Amino acid sequence: MTNTIAVQMSGVVKRFPGVVANDGVEFELRRGEVHALLGENGAGKSTLSNILTGLYRPDEGTIELNGAPVSFSSPRDALNAGIGMVHQHFRLVETFSVAENVVLGNPDTAFLLDTAAINERVKELAARYDMAVDPEARIWQLSVGEQQRVEILKVLYRGAQVLILDEPTAVLTPIEADALFRTLRAMTAEGRTVIFISHKLDEVMAVSDRITVLRGGRTVGTVDTSTTNKRDLASMMVGRNVEFTRVQRKTPAQANDVVLHVENLGAHDDRGRDALHGITLTVGRGEIVGIAGVAGNGQRELAEVIAGMRHTTTGSVSVEGKILQSGKARAAIAGGVAHVPEDRLHTGLAAGHSVEDNLALKSYRSSLLSRFGLLRRQAMRDGATELVERYDVKTPSTQTAVRLLSGGNVQKVLLAREFSTGPKVLIAASPTRGLDVGAIESVRERLVEAADGGLGVLLISEDLDEIMSLADRIAVMYEGRIVAVIPADKADRETIGLLMGGSQLEATS
Amino acid sequence: MNNSLLIVILASAIFYGTPLLFAALGGVFTERSGVLNLGVEGMMLIGGVSGAWASQHIGGSAWFTVFASILVAMFAGGLTALLHAFLCVTLKANQTVAGLSITIFAGALGLSSYFANVWKVAAHPVTRPIRKLDVLGLADAPVVGPLLFNHTILTYVSWVLVAASSFYLFRTKTGLQLRAVGESPQTADAMGINVVKYRYFHTVLGGMLAGIGGAFYSLAIVSTWVDGLTKGAGWIAIALVIFGFWRPDLTLVGAYLFGALQSLGTTLKARSFHISGDLLDALPFIMTIVVLVLVSSRFAHKRLGAPAALGVPYEREER
Repeated sequence: MTNTIAVQMSGVVKRFPGVVANDGVEFELRRGEVHALLGENGAGKSTLSNILTGLYRPDEGTIELNGAPVSFSSPRDALNAGIGMVHQHFRLVETFSVAENVVLGNPDTAFLLDTAAINERVKELAARYDMAVDPEARIWQLSVGEQQRVEILKVLYRGAQVLILDEPTAVLTPIEADALFRTLRAMTAEGRTVIFISHKLDEVMAVSDRITVLRGGRTVGTVDTSTTNKRDLASMMVGRNVEFTRVQRKTPAQANDVVLHVENLGAHDDRGRDALHGITLTVGRGEIVGIAGVAGNGQRELAEVIAGMRHTTTGSVSVEGKILQSGKARAAIAGGVAHVPEDRLHTGLAAGHSVEDNLALKSYRSSLLSRFGLLRRQAMRDGATELVERYDVKTPSTQTAVRLLSGGNVQKVLLAREFSTGPKVLIAASPTRGLDVGAIESVRERLVEAADGGLGVLLISEDLDEIMSLADRIAVMYEGRIVAVIPADKADRETIGLLMGGSQLEATS
Repeated sequence: MNNSLLIVILASAIFYGTPLLFAALGGVFTERSGVLNLGVEGMMLIGGVSGAWASQHIGGSAWFTVFASILVAMFAGGLTALLHAFLCVTLKANQTVAGLSITIFAGALGLSSYFANVWKVAAHPVTRPIRKLDVLGLADAPVVGPLLFNHTILTYVSWVLVAASSFYLFRTKTGLQLRAVGESPQTADAMGINVVKYRYFHTVLGGMLAGIGGAFYSLAIVSTWVDGLTKGAGWIAIALVIFGFWRPDLTLVGAYLFGALQSLGTTLKARSFHISGDLLDALPFIMTIVVLVLVSSRFAHKRLGAPAALGVPYEREER
């Protein structure tokens, strides 16, 4: 049974203007397996799954489903053929109930909606795969993990035999991820097949039966999970060996020489509810303090308060002993706070503007770049050229719009600008999210370099590996509170994972 | 008793509220699909002039003429809305600009006046207007007579339409899919729902209902054609959609409230109250501004249930 071929994709080519996203991909899926699709950003994973789900049409190549050639012209075709996708960005209608989302677009749904019957069926389906979710709850009331379960229910309800999960654990706590893995096992036990797209080696090793690695739009190879290891996979993925050790620091951190002091901080979220509850935290000179936590537990609010983008309700932020005025970004900048926001293309940079304009955004008031309110373009250009060179930004020119650059280069522009103002503290929110392995490495090097130079760094990240390899101390945030601060050399993944999931008592007892 | 001020105001609120209700119900459908329609005023005027023209040129029994003129008005309004749908859905134009252009293009100084000129609609009064009915002979019954049994056929149609719309939106699969298209077209598309088809259909449906609303002015309220006949009723209808939280039942309440404000001038003048007519005429628009200001805050948009994708053209993610 496990050896029958469910999907066979051969010689798949997909070209976009200026890019060949898939360049002769070979992919074979056996029925009843969890098959991981591994690769860096831009390796062609998403394009391949979009072809399989009918969103794109391949320019060349064939797709066979259960031995018969198929050609999908829309997601509906693929769904009807039994191929369903669980998107990384959920495709859910926020104001609808769970059950309404599940039945949406299903051709078998009767014209008149029988809400009670629908709720009952969705409830049964959820129970069958060990997924706890209330069919009558509205989507906006659910946690991210629950929303993902709705996504999975949706494709199961449609009778999908092949499920594609795009980076499913990116938004989950370790505990939720384990629950997801159990659900996947329940599905494959019934003969369903799962394609698991990821770039996280640990979970790929933990959950898959076989792994296909893509690089630069081509298939590097398919391996059995039982006969490979992380190091081999990593080198297949990036084409070279990547080190997985804790970063060595040139200058040790001076935790006692406090540069950033946050005292009893409280703040509201965008809806006016309390998002931070009495946060107290210090960052020393040359120290990297990591904030671990699942997204939405107050990390963004904390970063924004320190950067002066959000008002405090209680407490204060001080840099080198000087209290910063609450809610004033300019005061924070003047006080020496640099900020790399998580949404770099919207909050961090003016995406449509040129590299040089963006690089000058924080220093255009200085007499170097402007006089009597008029910009000195030549000086801006010279400064930009120098920064582009120093930070190795790959851009056609300093006049190129930032949105045209790749993710890694966008982040380099942002870092270059933040470091150019001579800050004392850097708040980095998910600085490597969405970047490929090469860019991640270079961003991390910059952070460590800056800390070696005496900068205090507050590193907010959902990537536990990143925090564990970079930080000197790790603070765990849960529901707007710092639930623990642990020196990095004494930290282990399990403890932090539990704390992130809110199980404080179990972790400490 | 039926002459008491309250009854008269309530009855005329229903009368004057009827065209608002049609246009606003159309707006509910259009906006639920995620298309913002600021062209309602233009569509009403086109419907009004076409209805008046049809009424003057189509023979047969009086009932047939009324029925045919309403159909013509629907068709004309729908055609105008088709243009809006083409601009907004196919060409993915800015919906605010597209809607405003349609109102300017079709409005008081545009196409509707041109047609009125060419067809000489204004030269004659409408001889076969939509009349108030005496349902079951109860029109003179105390209180309920003027409120329930003495309205035009369109008022009764609008009541059925309100119930049918609510049922359609909240109790049928198509309604669920329509709301999904307006809330999250990405989701709808991924689930195999044809976003373009839904938006076209409900935009045109909205235009047809606006056309009926316009015809109610030229065939029932004024019974003749005057350029710019609807005097901004289309804008009130747009406010009503928001005021009614995009729900047909609340839209009915809103429409009659505004209908009362609109009729107040005429009613009070007839009773020789000494109040500035201009001020009374301005009342509905002052209310419109107040409502729009109140509900257009960010809070309101989050809480009132505006379709999340309202006014946003849908594009599949392609590179």
